Parts: sequence; structure tokens; C-alpha cells
Amino acid sequence: MLKLPIYLDNNATTPLDPRVLEAMMPYLTEVFGNAASRNHPFGWAAEEAVDYAREQIAQLINSDPKEIIFTSGATESDNLGIKGVFEMYSQKGNHIITATTEHKAVLDTCKHIEKLGGKVTYLPVNREGLISLADLEAAMTPQTILVTIMYGNNETGTIQPIREIAAIAHKHGALFMTDGTQAVGKIPVDVQADGIDIMAFTGHKMYGPKGIGALYVRRKNPRVKVTAQMDGGGHERGMRSGTLNVPGIVGLGKACELARLEMDSDAKRLSAMRDRLENSLLELEESYVNGSREYRLPHVTNISFTYVEGEGLMMGVKDLAVSSGSACTSASLEPSYVLKALGLSDDLAHSSLRFGLSRFTTDEQIDYAINHVKEAVNKLREMSPLWEMFKEGVDLSKIEWAEH
Amino acid sequence: MAYSDKVIDHYSNPRNVGTLDKSKKNVGTGLVGAPECGDVMRLQIEVDEATNTITDAKFKTFGCGSAIASSSLATEWLKGKTVDEALSIDNMEIVEELALPPVKIHCSVLAEDAIKSAINDYRVKNGLPALEEAKSHH
Repeated sequence: MLKLPIYLDNNATTPLDPRVLEAMMPYLTEVFGNAASRNHPFGWAAEEAVDYAREQIAQLINSDPKEIIFTSGATESDNLGIKGVFEMYSQKGNHIITATTEHKAVLDTCKHIEKLGGKVTYLPVNREGLISLADLEAAMTPQTILVTIMYGNNETGTIQPIREIAAIAHKHGALFMTDGTQAVGKIPVDVQADGIDIMAFTGHKMYGPKGIGALYVRRKNPRVKVTAQMDGGGHERGMRSGTLNVPGIVGLGKACELARLEMDSDAKRLSAMRDRLENSLLELEESYVNGSREYRLPHVTNISFTYVEGEGLMMGVKDLAVSSGSACTSASLEPSYVLKALGLSDDLAHSSLRFGLSRFTTDEQIDYAINHVKEAVNKLREMSPLWEMFKEGVDLSKIEWAEH
Repeated sequence: MAYSDKVIDHYSNPRNVGTLDKSKKNVGTGLVGAPECGDVMRLQIEVDEATNTITDAKFKTFGCGSAIASSSLATEWLKGKTVDEALSIDNMEIVEELALPPVKIHCSVLAEDAIKSAINDYRVKNGLPALEEAKSHH
């Protein structure tokens, strides 16, 4: 029996893999020591578990275990990476380059940097959501200390040309940071081959627990340091104070190990399922995929259905847990800034749905989702005056709308 | 956001979805809202000219569940009313009936605008002066 609603919002968060929970359980119960307690076995057991997790994580991204700094999640990691570099490298320069489609954890941190007197360049993206390498090259200055561009986008799944971006940053003597939140554990991410100096990622997007994340900080070629943003006991090589979240760290470690072992088969299965979902929904007239279909995470699709309003559509697909391109739960309707950056009009951005599949998504769920979305879109179009006008050949852009 | 049962009912089983012949003299059409604001309502009334009574009402709405429910409810209320009675429908009555939360009050306002706009269209078509309110509302 199919259980409703069906969870297809795995870019927001993933369920915990039972194998991860199993690994965590002892550390939530009998092995409760503080990993910083050096003088008794309770502390040693905790420290050993943390060290093992560090290795599991390092293996996934091809780093040294010592290069992993534990944090509370990707938002903290983004903050620590950007603010930490800005402070640490202030002698060298004050310019940071990022993109308009970054997560708010990056964009709002960059706005904060601007308030502190830093300069930030926000690179635009093309229709596919990709930045232009020529734009990046042109934006580099001798004062540029950091280029921070996300690996895979949370709304569209678009994957940026990370290696090329890193090469440009390095050519100009800047560090390269990436927000790997959606990519790590889903596609191969190799900090050596990719040329990544700093990377933020988190447990709960890859079947691990919430409240645990990490910042990869390169130790060799070059040795990178970030200024701590929280003062305290000097944990994590002085970059992030605070008692380590041992069960969370164990969970993140296990999640990384599972990702390393199962990523290829998961990606193959999920991209086939995603393509089936996408192609079936594209059979609806006037529906469009947002973002690149070529450079994309395997488990994500974002589709706009014209002449159907987003919130009404969300209500129509009540058996699915998905995200829409409009944040119209508040009085002011704010369409997704990511989709707008791709050049979508407000109404097309409002009319979009984001589907994020997971390791636990089944073919049966996808079948149900296809029919459910098709029914909802068709029903709402029957009810939509805009659809009727479109069908009659009325040019909607020529109508003088009574602005409300 | 949680919707009231009445909003869900109107959304799931909308009353009077459809189109009336707007070229007919006794049909008034109101089109309000804008696509980029996320709401467009088209509301139509057919009037029995002898009795000045609304004999039929139809709507099509592009919008959220509350917007669809507001216009669906409006068409239910319009049928059987005289044009003058219809003019007195207030958006707050729609808010109450559907238990709309504060962020959705604009949906009821839009429905009231759509009613007035449809009546106005009917009046103008039939040589009556336009309603002051409908002319100056926006």
C-alpha cells in the first residue's frame, strides 16, 4: 500500500538512513563521553569515534581527516568559511566573488561582509543557471581573496564547472570555496581533483542527522586558515570551539561511508527515475524544465507549468511533499530568486515545482506522483482564465492588468 | 498553511467554473488581478433584464486555493440576487464564510472587485453610468 503523502522534498532534508541511526545509538546512550576529555576512557571512546568518522568523511571527499572541521551544519560552515577567510586574509585583500543563485547562507553572509567594508561581486547566471567563466575571469582583481560558488544548486540541481572555476581563482591567487551541501554524497566530489580549498556540507542532506555539518579546510598547497567565529575551548584546530556533537559526528561519518559505497548505484537508479518523472510531466503542454538538464544533480528536477499558480498547484498536489518556486505563505508574494536569476518571469517562477528524490523513493511513488501532478495541472488549467486566453491565442503580455 | 474546510471544499469542488458569452448584451464580465501578482479572476454574470436578477454566474481563477474558493463562493452568492443586491456583497462576508486568514484577505477583496467589475461591465453595456467605486478602486 502506498503511504501518502509521498516525500519528494529531499533537497530540503533527507530521512535518516536506519543504518546511520544504528551507528549513532550507542553514542546517544552508553558512550556519552566528551571527546575532549583526555584523562579517562569515557573521553577516549568518544574521541575514537570522532576520529573514525573523520576518516569516513575524508574518504568520501578525498581529503585528509585533519582537514575536516565539525560544525552545526552547512549554514554555519558557509558563515565560518566566508567570514573566516575575510578576517584571516584581510591583509591581502577584501574582495569576494560569488553568484546570485547561491543559498541564503552564502548570500546573506556576503551582505554582512559588505557591511564590514568588504567588496562582493555577485556573478549572474545564464538561462541554465551556470555562471560564465569569462565573467569570473573579468571580475578577479588583485584584492580578490575568495571565490565561493556552490557545487550543485538546491532549487534546480544545476552543477557549476567547479574545476574551471577553481583554476581561475588559483591563477589569480585567490582561494576557492564551494557550498557542497547538495552535491556531497550525491555525486563524486574530490577536493584534490576539483581544486577545492574550503567546502561546506551537512549531514541531513545525505541521510545523516540534522545539526551536524562540516567545513573542509585545506592544510596543504596552500595551507588555508579561517578565523574562528566563536570563542571558546579551541576545538577543531582552533577554528570552531564547542564540545563535539559525538552522535551527530558518528552519524555524519556513517552517512558518508554509505554514500561512498552506494553513490554510483543510487545515482543511476535515481536519475532514471527522475528522467521518467520529468519526461512524463513534460508531456503536459507548456511545461518547462528550469536549469541545466546536462549539468545536473541526478535526483533533482524543477519544472514550471505555465498558467497555473504555484500555491494553488501546491494545494492540488497535496499527496506530495514538494517545494514550489513561490514563497507566498506571506502577504507579499516573493517568487524564487534563483529561478528569477535564470531569467524566469515572476509568474513562471511562481508556477514551478521542485522534486527531490532520495535513496528511499520507489517507482510506485513516482508513478503516483506523475498522475497526481498531471491531474492537478489539468484541473487548475480548466479553471484558469489565463489558460483559456492562451488557448484562444490572446497575447497576455498585451493585456493591461489591473495591478492589485 | 492550513486551509479551512470550506476553502478545501470550494477548491476541490469549485462551483460554476466556466465561461459565459461575453458578446451578449446581458452578460457582464470582470477581469481583475495580474499574473505577476499571482491572482487573476474572471467573473461573469448573466442578467435577466426584465427583473434585473442575476440568473447565472461563472468564474475562472488563476490563483491560490483561497482565491479559487473566494470566486467560487461569489458565483454561488450572486445567482438569484438582483444586481443591486449583488453590489452590496462585502469582501468581509467572504472572509467570514471561508474563515480566511489575514494573509488571504486580499483574495476576498479581489472577489469583491471582480463582482463590481462584472456589474460595471453589464451597466456600461446597457447604457447605464459606470459605478464610481469600480472606476476608482485601484
